[in-house]
Amino acid sequence: MKIAVCIKRVPDTETRIKIADDGKSIVEAGIKFTLNPYDEYAMEEALKLKEAAGEGEVIAIAVGTDSSQETIRTTLAMGADRGILLRMEDAPHDVLATARILATELRDGDYDLILFGKLAIDDYSQAVGTMVGELLGIPSVSAVATLTISDGKGTAEREIEGGVEVVEFALPAVITADKGLNEPRYPALRGIMMAKKKPLEVRDVSWDSVQVELLSLELPPARAAGRIVGEGVAGVGALIEVLKSEAKVL
Amino acid sequence: MPFKGVDFYDIDSLLSEEERAVRDTVRKWVDDEVMPIIGEYYIEGKFPSQLVPQMAELGFFGANLPEKFGCAGLNNVAYGLIMQELERGDSGIRSFASVQGALVMYPIYQFGSEEQKSEWLPKLASGEAIGCFGLTEADFGSNPGGIITTARETSDGWVLNGAKMWITNGTTADVAIIWAKTGEIEDVSSIRGFIVPTSTDGFSAKDQKGKLSLRASDTSELVLEDVAVDSGALLPNSADLKSPLMSLTQARYGIAWGALGAAMACYEEAVNYSTNRVMFDKPIGGYQLQQARLAEMLTEITKGQLLALQLGRLKDKGTMTPQQVSLAKRNNVNIATDVAREARRLLGANGILSEYQSMRHMANLESVYTYEGTHDIHTLVLGQAITGMSAFS
Repeated sequence: MKIAVCIKRVPDTETRIKIADDGKSIVEAGIKFTLNPYDEYAMEEALKLKEAAGEGEVIAIAVGTDSSQETIRTTLAMGADRGILLRMEDAPHDVLATARILATELRDGDYDLILFGKLAIDDYSQAVGTMVGELLGIPSVSAVATLTISDGKGTAEREIEGGVEVVEFALPAVITADKGLNEPRYPALRGIMMAKKKPLEVRDVSWDSVQVELLSLELPPARAAGRIVGEGVAGVGALIEVLKSEAKVL
Repeated sequence: MPFKGVDFYDIDSLLSEEERAVRDTVRKWVDDEVMPIIGEYYIEGKFPSQLVPQMAELGFFGANLPEKFGCAGLNNVAYGLIMQELERGDSGIRSFASVQGALVMYPIYQFGSEEQKSEWLPKLASGEAIGCFGLTEADFGSNPGGIITTARETSDGWVLNGAKMWITNGTTADVAIIWAKTGEIEDVSSIRGFIVPTSTDGFSAKDQKGKLSLRASDTSELVLEDVAVDSGALLPNSADLKSPLMSLTQARYGIAWGALGAAMACYEEAVNYSTNRVMFDKPIGGYQLQQARLAEMLTEITKGQLLALQLGRLKDKGTMTPQQVSLAKRNNVNIATDVAREARRLLGANGILSEYQSMRHMANLESVYTYEGTHDIHTLVLGQAITGMSAFS
């Protein structure tokens, strides 16, 4: 079983973001970058499928700048067999442009399964995985919470509003992983040392036909200070009133 | 909230990608597995032994020893960072890893036969066997040359007699590295190390009760009463007091890093508390007295980090001296005790609760200050290095 896991380098979830002077990018100095958490689920699932099958290959693929090599090595430390960095000066903000670059790479790769995180926590687009499925003309299932693969086909469960949707699909297919799909492993220290010795291919790519342009980034407005609506027992009524009339949560 | 560490001087940029990856793995593991439970285990006075298989699986034991023995094969800086992160959780957790790696696996690796190495190191790395280190005795702590545990050669092995005290992992251990005199009791040069399975007849371990420090750690007394082991138990390349001291140098090296982890935990807690706790209408972090506390903590931690890192680079280069280790152990543990105490004070009444970390670290660090060469003994080691004159006797 040959499995591709498409991954992204993103700022750590605890990061306090600062917007750069150009108003379109973030200040990267002093920020810790990590593997996108949803991609961790995708990688873990790929490794588990390979381990269950007792054979196969897991390839981590990233689109991004040179610094994404470190993120790829995180997945190699977890257990991926090799990595491919599709390198560019700066990654496009147009998700379709990114999907095209990945589709070109994946098309002739003979993959049985292509896994993504359901979204990247930096841009929340939730689009690239599904677009890649479309561009390759293969089934795609998004936000998968349970995955079973056997006899050339797959079954996936998706948590939808108020219930669970079960779908079946033929391989090859694109799956995007939701939280809860599995419990990602820690990269063992031996794995971290071995990651250095695993192949990591770097290929320069460029994108064409960018159709969406990023105009600006803005931080959310600072939260207004709290207000004490009343104290003691007398405050309860006042609070309920405010929750009804102003916050409109009751 | 995940632990972010302290890096005021961009010390991260002095670390390699692997070193950072190792640290981040251990950091996350401590966040996930140690932090939620450690306060409770500390109060109960129990070592959380369920963590041992995970620690082994991830490669925390003897991580700087070669891969061929099932170890991670890391450099010494990465090893130090592991100790830092473990002690951020609790000194007891770090002590467990220190003893297993530096005081049990290291002497077997350094003084053992090929057979001993291949028999024991993979088992100790995988956590299948837990080890302890028996040098200190009730009347011989800072003066280990005086130990009175004996090993007498018989036709097919050795018979050991004596008692050891303050032994981390003592009751949990499957195997003990016991240091004993093979010659006259006055003959320090006759000290040798022995690998003693704790199931051997005559070997017993007893939990040391009443500890107010390192409560989440197993500390025991060992008694050896006519413990007969075969000739293969002797570490053939161990000789003199030098061998246990070399092992202690390894452990002290890890402590120099570990203490920083405890200090960082307290500092972070103090910073968070000072920016949230409101007194006289503003966060206490806005007052000069607390700012002075925090500034002092940050300064000492940053100095300690640079000290530990350079010590690690020297160790990786193979030029590190025991005196340099003494300086770092002495300094970093000392500043950590100060940081922990100041953090506890900054936290006011809340600072005495187990829900917060600072008092637990503060109490733990009193043991760390005292074990592996007391602060005072390291002072004398440095005094001797400076003047050429020994003040030990």
